[in-house]
Amino acid sequence: MRARGWALVTALLVVAILFPLYWAVIASFTPDSRLFASPSLVPRALVLDHYRALFGGRDFWTPVRNSLVVAGATTVLSVGLGGICAYALARLRFRGKAPVLAFVLAVSMFPQMSIVSPLYLLLRELRLLNTYPGLVLPYLTFAMPLTIWLLVGFFRQLPPELEEAGLMDGAGRLRTLWEIVLPLSWPGLATSAILTFLYSWNEFLFALSFTLGPERYTVPVAITLFRGQYQVPWGQILAAAVVATVPVAAIVLVAERRIVAGLTSGAVKG
Amino acid sequence: MTASPRPAGASWRRSETRLGWALALPALGVIGLVALFPILWTFWESLHLHDLRMPWLGRPFIGAANYVEALSDGRFWNALANTAAFAGVAVTLELVGGLVLALALHRVSRAGRLVRTAVLLPWAIPTVVAALVWRFMFESPAGLATGVLERLGATPPTWFADALAAWVPLVLADVWKTTPFVALLLLAGLQTIDRSLYEAADVDGAGPWRQFLEITLPLLRPALVVAVLFRALDAFRVFDIVYVMTGGGPGTATESIALYTFSTLLRNLRFGFGSALSVIVFAVAFLCALAGIRMFGASAFQDRSA
Amino acid sequence: MAAIALKRVSKVYPTGQTAVRDLTLEIVNGELLVLLGPSGSGKSTVLRLIAGLETPTSGQVLIDGRDVTLVPPPRRDLAMVFQSYALYPHKSVRENLAFGLRVRGVDAARVDARVRETATALDIEALLERRPAQLSGGQRQRVALGRAIVREPKAFLFDEPLSNLDPTLRAGTRTELALLHRRLATTMVYVTHDQEEAMTLGTRVAVMRAGAIEQVAPALEVFRRPANTFVARFIGSPAMNLWACTCARVGDGRHLVSPAFSIDLTGIDVAVPDGAGVYVGVRPHDIDIVPNGEGNGAGGVEIVEPLGPVTVVHLRVGGLGDDFVRVVVPADSRIEVGDRVTFRVRPDRLHVFDARTGQRVIDQHGR
Repeated sequence: MRARGWALVTALLVVAILFPLYWAVIASFTPDSRLFASPSLVPRALVLDHYRALFGGRDFWTPVRNSLVVAGATTVLSVGLGGICAYALARLRFRGKAPVLAFVLAVSMFPQMSIVSPLYLLLRELRLLNTYPGLVLPYLTFAMPLTIWLLVGFFRQLPPELEEAGLMDGAGRLRTLWEIVLPLSWPGLATSAILTFLYSWNEFLFALSFTLGPERYTVPVAITLFRGQYQVPWGQILAAAVVATVPVAAIVLVAERRIVAGLTSGAVKG
Repeated sequence: MTASPRPAGASWRRSETRLGWALALPALGVIGLVALFPILWTFWESLHLHDLRMPWLGRPFIGAANYVEALSDGRFWNALANTAAFAGVAVTLELVGGLVLALALHRVSRAGRLVRTAVLLPWAIPTVVAALVWRFMFESPAGLATGVLERLGATPPTWFADALAAWVPLVLADVWKTTPFVALLLLAGLQTIDRSLYEAADVDGAGPWRQFLEITLPLLRPALVVAVLFRALDAFRVFDIVYVMTGGGPGTATESIALYTFSTLLRNLRFGFGSALSVIVFAVAFLCALAGIRMFGASAFQDRSA
Repeated sequence: MAAIALKRVSKVYPTGQTAVRDLTLEIVNGELLVLLGPSGSGKSTVLRLIAGLETPTSGQVLIDGRDVTLVPPPRRDLAMVFQSYALYPHKSVRENLAFGLRVRGVDAARVDARVRETATALDIEALLERRPAQLSGGQRQRVALGRAIVREPKAFLFDEPLSNLDPTLRAGTRTELALLHRRLATTMVYVTHDQEEAMTLGTRVAVMRAGAIEQVAPALEVFRRPANTFVARFIGSPAMNLWACTCARVGDGRHLVSPAFSIDLTGIDVAVPDGAGVYVGVRPHDIDIVPNGEGNGAGGVEIVEPLGPVTVVHLRVGGLGDDFVRVVVPADSRIEVGDRVTFRVRPDRLHVFDARTGQRVIDQHGR
């Protein structure tokens, strides 16, 4: 039957998609000596050497902490500031709204690479290189337009009568926003937060350019810059990769419906 | 009877305007500072000579000299060609793969949370992680890819030392990472197609392939266009994967235009020239996007929530 | 309690669309004024202008003589019942009712008392802790009403409050609204497209079309003396018959003459010159089927609609164009499709309108 054929295709595709991750996880538990010897699907020996080295010798906690701080701060700022901006753009009447929206869209289309150098010089001037704000601010260049776009679309879909009822009941705009709109917006806010966090956690170019030393490296940068004494420490690299992936996988598992809704709302680039 | 316009509803309208700007300004201010200002700076900088390795030269205005240099730079064209080829191949594969995956997910309607999570994982993990995982699989002389090919009787190349072979893991990694995203976009499009159209086609006697060609593909066009455009733009700006997997090597065989710009800026510290490269990259990407929109119709971008 | 006035109010949207044109309306303190009209007539816009949810492009809105055109909705002290009820989905019924009072800083004890009072009056105390999603349509409507009542506002604004209700609930709720008005004696402005609602609820009815008021008068007067052909056709069901004819001098008196009939106008004053074109309107209830030869005209029966209490008969009459002549006959009449019958109009129930302007031009002494 057709349906069974498609189920098989799906199963094959899922296996193909998950395989590299499976391989990496297995390798992260495989001792160095066996990493490149006759690869097999089912591992024979599992060890924790790489993980121990990761958190012991290499101090992988620092990049993890850095990533959490930066991604967290970016998310909070982006959703907070971007959220109220989006509400103003979606609901309030004031002149200049259309150009503002166009401005936000234009900014988000600008490739990151193109603003690396001026940002570098700017951050250097402000003495923000190799600091947390020095990463959060650049991250907001892509996080805020993303959040604003998502939330403008979301706010527009809320029935306007609810806010009108609030107005008629005697609540001003701010009160309506706080008591009526925001409680009803948490799906949109959650989606924005999740997407912003993921993008910030995964970001590489700015982190590479604006951090100068291991004390401020984020996870992607730290992994990339692993250096071994004599050879590339693949075991540790893959262990780090697994550590970097676990929080992401957890978020995706919990919030996959939201993520899909946010991505397909038409305003988001991969 | 003509209506004379009221002076902007005085107090009430003004207070709403004030509130609107008050709410919008923090976000706009940040964007202005960290995005607009640098963008403008880049344009301005591209017209100057600014080499941080030779600070005694100062920062003279040299007009379009950087652009001229870029356009006559062999390495620039090499990078551009690499990027275009990469984008072309990768996007095509992602489109086909994404379509197959989307069709599969659409049919297996009880796809379940685990399947959807699995499908999303490649998209969700850091690009550098994806790059490293794939690099590991293609490491020579004893990586997985080499091992499998040897077992099949073929002689595998030394992937990352071979100018052509190095592209294989690059493209595979990119396709692996972004096909799920394409699949999601297309799946959303598939779900808007009315099932009764297929039922009518069944009654009319059209087979599944026919139905795919005449119902699915045409109705999926807006989603396909959006997917292609976004992915093409992203593929054009590819950086993370190349930096981590090959570093642009061997030599500059796999150097993408974004990587070349990065080297120029932050390794060679040639800010003026690098800015010109950035502007060129942006211009090309922007024009392609415009061309794409014009060719395939702006209807694909209609704001559905307005 | 408030008198509301609109003075030369217009609303033109940036797209160029004119929703309300140069409208002047005085709403008397304590009355229930119905804004009645088809969709697009601007009635909801007028309501929203009174509420403050829209600002007029020109003109003034006054409440109790005070110009509130520039005053935002939260400060107008009006309550609105929305067509979709607009209950706050994330708040319980109690919180929905309490919101307006809380926002105004009323102390908690009084808020609680008012909420309980209102809930009892509307028979929804059992629902106080529920969320709107758990309520039926009829229950939601009551909560929407309660939310408005609990605040004791200057006036109530209703935006088609019955149109989302099940038809079986509508008549009952309509009666309750009428009783509510009598009990609260507060000014109410009520928007609807249903002329039956308008006639039964309204102290006065304002019939609107294309952004302007065609006629504003007590319900019975709008029915008995429609000001123009639009109002005449809009009010009353089945709709009034309207026929084109001429006012001609026949012998000593004047007649309304058309290819299909001739109606004697003795004792009736029609303010148009001889030979002028007019429309004569007769309600289906004011036409009788009479034995052959005694009537004004004749026609063939094409449709018979037994409604229960009465039957509506549709006649095709030569010379009167494509429209049917609608006649209401007693339920027990034995008229069948295909019959050829004669009809007579009651001369004291004629409406005559100028063919060019559509305005009413007849005066019947004593009416």
